[in-house]
Amino acid sequence: MKTGSEVLLVDHVSVALSGRSVLRDIHFKLAPGEFCALIGANGSGKTTLLKTILGLVRPEAGAVSVARPAERDGATGIGYVPQRISLDPSLPLRARDVVSLGLDGGRLGLPLTSRAHRARIDQMLSAVGVADFADRRIGDLSGGQQQRVLIAHALVRRPSLLLLDEPLANLDVRSTAEIVVLLRRLATDYHTAVLLSAHDMNPLLSAMDRIVYLANGCAAAGKPEEIVRTEVLSQLYGYHIDVVRVHGRVVVIAAGAPDEIHAAIAKDPVHTAEIP
Amino acid sequence: MFTGFMTNTWVAGTLVAIVAGVVGFFVVIRRAAFAAHVLPLGAFPGAAAASLLGVNELVGLVTFSVLGALGISHLARRERRDVATALWLAVSLALGTLFLSMTRQYPQQVYSLLFGEILGVSEGAMISVAALSITAVVTIGILFRPLLLDSISPELCQAAGGSSRRMELAFLGVVALSTAIVLPVVGALMVFSLMVGPASCARALTDEPRSAVLLSVGLALATVWSAIALSYLSNWPVGFFVGALGALSYAGGRIYRRFAPAPSSPRAAAAI
Repeated sequence: MKTGSEVLLVDHVSVALSGRSVLRDIHFKLAPGEFCALIGANGSGKTTLLKTILGLVRPEAGAVSVARPAERDGATGIGYVPQRISLDPSLPLRARDVVSLGLDGGRLGLPLTSRAHRARIDQMLSAVGVADFADRRIGDLSGGQQQRVLIAHALVRRPSLLLLDEPLANLDVRSTAEIVVLLRRLATDYHTAVLLSAHDMNPLLSAMDRIVYLANGCAAAGKPEEIVRTEVLSQLYGYHIDVVRVHGRVVVIAAGAPDEIHAAIAKDPVHTAEIP
Repeated sequence: MFTGFMTNTWVAGTLVAIVAGVVGFFVVIRRAAFAAHVLPLGAFPGAAAASLLGVNELVGLVTFSVLGALGISHLARRERRDVATALWLAVSLALGTLFLSMTRQYPQQVYSLLFGEILGVSEGAMISVAALSITAVVTIGILFRPLLLDSISPELCQAAGGSSRRMELAFLGVVALSTAIVLPVVGALMVFSLMVGPASCARALTDEPRSAVLLSVGLALATVWSAIALSYLSNWPVGFFVGALGALSYAGGRIYRRFAPAPSSPRAAAAI
């Protein structure tokens, strides 16, 4: 792979699940080290899009291509952090075991940990800031620490692309900010493109290079300042949207929408955005 | 106690404990205790059918428990796993009732299939039991990492290139084979207690998965050996001792966890 060329190309992808069209003509690309937020309300198709990129869902039309870095042994295309895994404290599994499974969890046979293998795991645990918890049970760690371990699991094979499905859900404000800073730093340090879904773009605005905004099964993709705008979001939603700046925040208001949409938007923070 | 006809019992008991300890670890972490109970109960009519047809009991057990694994796994594609498992139990118990009404088996034989029989493995069946044991343990060894990953999260297994559905099928298949091995010795009603008791204790004693499997095997061996010895001495059924010792080892694990040194870090508590 040449530097500068894209890591991920989602090329006019359409997806239907059991006959129902979920995603239509989604098109965007990511370069190495880019941090991209995938924003949309619940049910807008974020998880479906991530699974399509992972290859678990077959697109009806279009194609996804992911660059596979050839420079490292065991390097792989995609690292993945799924949504809400329940890791209960009764699991006899340490943080380092979870990261170790990231390195060779797909392989057959009994795990034989070499010194090099262990060094890689230790290094990865340090990189995500949980070296002190390496030998602790994963289920005994806090939500933020578990999220860090899962990120280490996904990154330990040095993928060119890291996908995270709602990694900020169920985290408190401080952990959310810490995870965003961590992911931003990892994207830069490892030249890994990061694509993370969220229903709230607020915590991500300072970190993201690009945004893919999903609504009605369609996407608007580009730089945040190009996308989070009255004209672009109005066109995406199919009715008039106002992007209003108040006290340095950006609030998205559906002025011309029907009443029920008004009500939904009033309840749902998805449509509230802040631009630095 | 260690001579003559008892030799087979000790060898069979040892194989049974190793298999139950290894497979039990995954039964516990995959929350499959219900399936581990239903497959032996569903295999029980297999033994009745075998005696009806005049074939080897082990053939009947393997056939029915593997059918159960396939049935549960197939039904679970479109149905919740517990409901799919319960449906198989309903079907197999119905067949069991029918077959038992047709056979002229002595009640004693039915009783020993349900509650265990220390002389449950005949010399002729020993080679088959050994072969099945090796198959079950080697399969778990080969699938260890993807199965562990799938037990944490099916999505992580899929992202690593595995198939979660195939993992579940392979796992149920191994539970089915183990059932056929363990059932004649400890009884259909007690198979799951030998799988769940030692393994649930082991996961409390160590934080590392491989150590947990080894400890689980160790505790299962202790359980089975003690059960055989106590049953021989007291003439009480093996099943009683297997069940009671299984529950005791679980209680031991809980007590250890309660009084084990607390994690050193102040940020130990699982926050939101």
